Amino acid sequence: MSTNSGDHADHTHASGFLRTYVFSLDHKIIGMQFLFSTLIWFFIGGMLALGIRWQLAYPWAPMPLIGNLLAGPEGGQIAPENYTMLVTMHATVMIFFVIIPILAGAFGNFLIPLMIGAEDMAVPVLNMLSYWFMWPAFGIIGLSFFVEGGAAQGGWTSYPPLSVITAAAPGSLNGQTLWLIGVTFVGIASMMGSINYMTTIIQMRAPGMTMFRLPMTVWAMFITALLQAFALPVLTAAGFMQLGDRMLGTGFFLAEGATANNSPMASGGGQPLLWQHLFWFYSHPAVYIMILPAMGMVSDIISCFARKPLFGYKPMVYSISGIAGLGFIVWGHHMFVSGMNPALGMTFMVSTMMIALPSAIKTFNWMGTLWGGQIQYTTPMLFALSFVSMFIIGGLSGIFMAATPVDIFIHDTYFIVAHFHYVLFSGTAMAVFGGIYYWYPKMFGRMMNDSWGKIHFTLTFILLNCVFYPMHILGMTGFPRRLADPYQYETFQNLLPLNQFMSLCALLLVASQIIFFVNFFGSMFFGARSGRNPWHSNGLEWQAPSPPGHGNFDFQPVIHRGPYEYNSPEVEGDYYPQTQPPPEIKE
Amino acid sequence: MNRFWGFLFFLVPVGGVATFAAAPYFNIWLPRDISEHGHAIDHLFFFILWLTGVVFIVTELVLFYFMWKYDAKANKKPAKFTHGSHSLEVVWTIVPAVTLLFIAIYQMDAWASAKMRPPLIPGTEEMISPTVEVTGRQFNWDFRYPGPDNELYTQDDIFRTDGKLYLPVGEKVLLRITSADVLHSFFLPNMRIKQDVVPGMEQSMWFKAKEKGGYDIVCAELCGWGHYKMKGRVFFLSRAEFDEKLEAMRLEQNTMRVAALDEED
Repeated sequence: MSTNSGDHADHTHASGFLRTYVFSLDHKIIGMQFLFSTLIWFFIGGMLALGIRWQLAYPWAPMPLIGNLLAGPEGGQIAPENYTMLVTMHATVMIFFVIIPILAGAFGNFLIPLMIGAEDMAVPVLNMLSYWFMWPAFGIIGLSFFVEGGAAQGGWTSYPPLSVITAAAPGSLNGQTLWLIGVTFVGIASMMGSINYMTTIIQMRAPGMTMFRLPMTVWAMFITALLQAFALPVLTAAGFMQLGDRMLGTGFFLAEGATANNSPMASGGGQPLLWQHLFWFYSHPAVYIMILPAMGMVSDIISCFARKPLFGYKPMVYSISGIAGLGFIVWGHHMFVSGMNPALGMTFMVSTMMIALPSAIKTFNWMGTLWGGQIQYTTPMLFALSFVSMFIIGGLSGIFMAATPVDIFIHDTYFIVAHFHYVLFSGTAMAVFGGIYYWYPKMFGRMMNDSWGKIHFTLTFILLNCVFYPMHILGMTGFPRRLADPYQYETFQNLLPLNQFMSLCALLLVASQIIFFVNFFGSMFFGARSGRNPWHSNGLEWQAPSPPGHGNFDFQPVIHRGPYEYNSPEVEGDYYPQTQPPPEIKE
Repeated sequence: MNRFWGFLFFLVPVGGVATFAAAPYFNIWLPRDISEHGHAIDHLFFFILWLTGVVFIVTELVLFYFMWKYDAKANKKPAKFTHGSHSLEVVWTIVPAVTLLFIAIYQMDAWASAKMRPPLIPGTEEMISPTVEVTGRQFNWDFRYPGPDNELYTQDDIFRTDGKLYLPVGEKVLLRITSADVLHSFFLPNMRIKQDVVPGMEQSMWFKAKEKGGYDIVCAELCGWGHYKMKGRVFFLSRAEFDEKLEAMRLEQNTMRVAALDEED
């Protein structure tokens, strides 16, 4: 898998299997550990989604084939509490075990030192711990499916009192406690990682690598790390407060005399809305954590395959910073109808509208990068372009919910579900696929098959739109989220056929990913050898061997320019690596 | 095959517009609005839909056009070596910023009217008296009407737990809303009304219905396994019918004998 082509082979021999591949301190191995783990959880999260889609297509019908395996006591049907478990755990898995760790943990870890010309991260031990702290989370959340009452069922948002009063839902028994502990471990892992990334980027850049010569991927990872570091502590604290309410009789989130389902009254004195403020204070920046690295990677990929410098590099950097900064003052838009003081609805509406601005600027700059280019339609480029196209939809749909009066109607409907699936799946996940196809040669020294990549892309692109686009019009009818059987309401009676279509497409979408998985694993052994720089990219990472050994570079990188100087008039040929000396200074 | 990719991306604006164009013909659209204020919300929705729709079409078509025109297999001109355009950045920063700020400010009155300006007793600062108190609980909507003394929270209040809410049409009504246990959300799609109900918090909501009839009450905040079946119906009746209904409910509540069961025990 990772054959060492650097001169540290003897260093590896001395370490043994566990130190090299399991408790490795090498950022590239840790990155790949994150990658494999998150891809497995991606599969699990996808299966949970199919459960949701089954119920919405065939409400209360026994699931074929696997019904008895998974839901034996219910005769193969999805029981109503299990439906709420599916929606909760699908989101939890996708957010905490897939998107956040694959962006920061897999790509961030693998790429940052390579892109800045460093040998490894600032604190390799901390880096290794940030991966291994995910495993208690994996175990605890996995275990939670099998405890009495099952896994958490209060939505990934875990609003009290539902999540705090153990009698209120089966999943509010130990399942919810385990959820809180699991998410805390993820938070700790993320905080460790973010400290490492910030330190590495600030302190360990190669000579000549000024901040404004960094690729957008690194800028995005840097700003994302800042978001993680400042926002996560609030979620962690809130998680402890909820654990306190559940287990120690504190009353942070419960009103006086709070009770549900005949539970004993709580001493209370607290406020359910307090949880929402604390939770969203983290979880809103979290959604930017889940998109900024993708935006950075897309910038690198588009510039490379348009053979043109990135359009508006500094505006792009300032936009990422603007998204992050504004991201801290918009959280109330999740709470417009929550009972929060409506005057805050006004202020959060303004800040939320404004956060669309930097995203729009970025979109225009990506298009500017394409303009006048020489576009090569490789698989990574197709995924990166689809990010732009789909992000336009996801971003524009956000404007509806930023509009507070409109949100009165569309809050907690499928319009919201459409929005976040467009930005997270049609956006980030597509960028992740693009990033995997693009950096795979650097990770494994081989190419993924481009033809099968294009088939994977085409199927995914078409099918995701078939699944998620109709959710906009579903939401317009008021079709509610997290609701196991909407068709019994007069308002939603005619929506079953559309949902069946969407569920069928969802099944096909998940099945299409098999092509990706076969390509991913098969190419490790059978893929064409790639050489250092198969894409003729300017990025510094492409100057290292494929795959790089310990210490990454077999020379000391000295940087002369930014990473986007394609078709520069200073050189023949259409690319101009960052380490290549300018013509006048050539020895 | 070369231009296939551009074509695939061209399908995005085409499919996107087609979906919204076809949806109303399948009755997949905003539900019928029978409220007084709902038109403001619907107007804002369509205003944003048109605005974002135009932006969507233009940007996706430009993206498609660039993908088509600058495909390396068809376009042999060398790529332009440019790092950006300061004037373009200024334009495409200021225009969206102004537009977004405008959309935000344009909405403020509708929000204030829906959530911040309760109907007051003329000449006073007091809210009109509530027509009903709505309590969400796992998994039902319970209603409490003032009795003949027209005051809530007195001995003669009328309690209903069958999930059927009766309200007068054509009048501004004030509802007190709360929860008995966990968070729920009182959602009337046909009235464009939604508000989370919070235990320990008494909130008010107000609206005026313009048409009689029965409409759905949907719970819009996950509240446990029975969230899906927390179904209610709201019936808007003329004032006379409403008063009659209240009286009938009061009598039923005060009857000494329980109504006979339908089936044999």
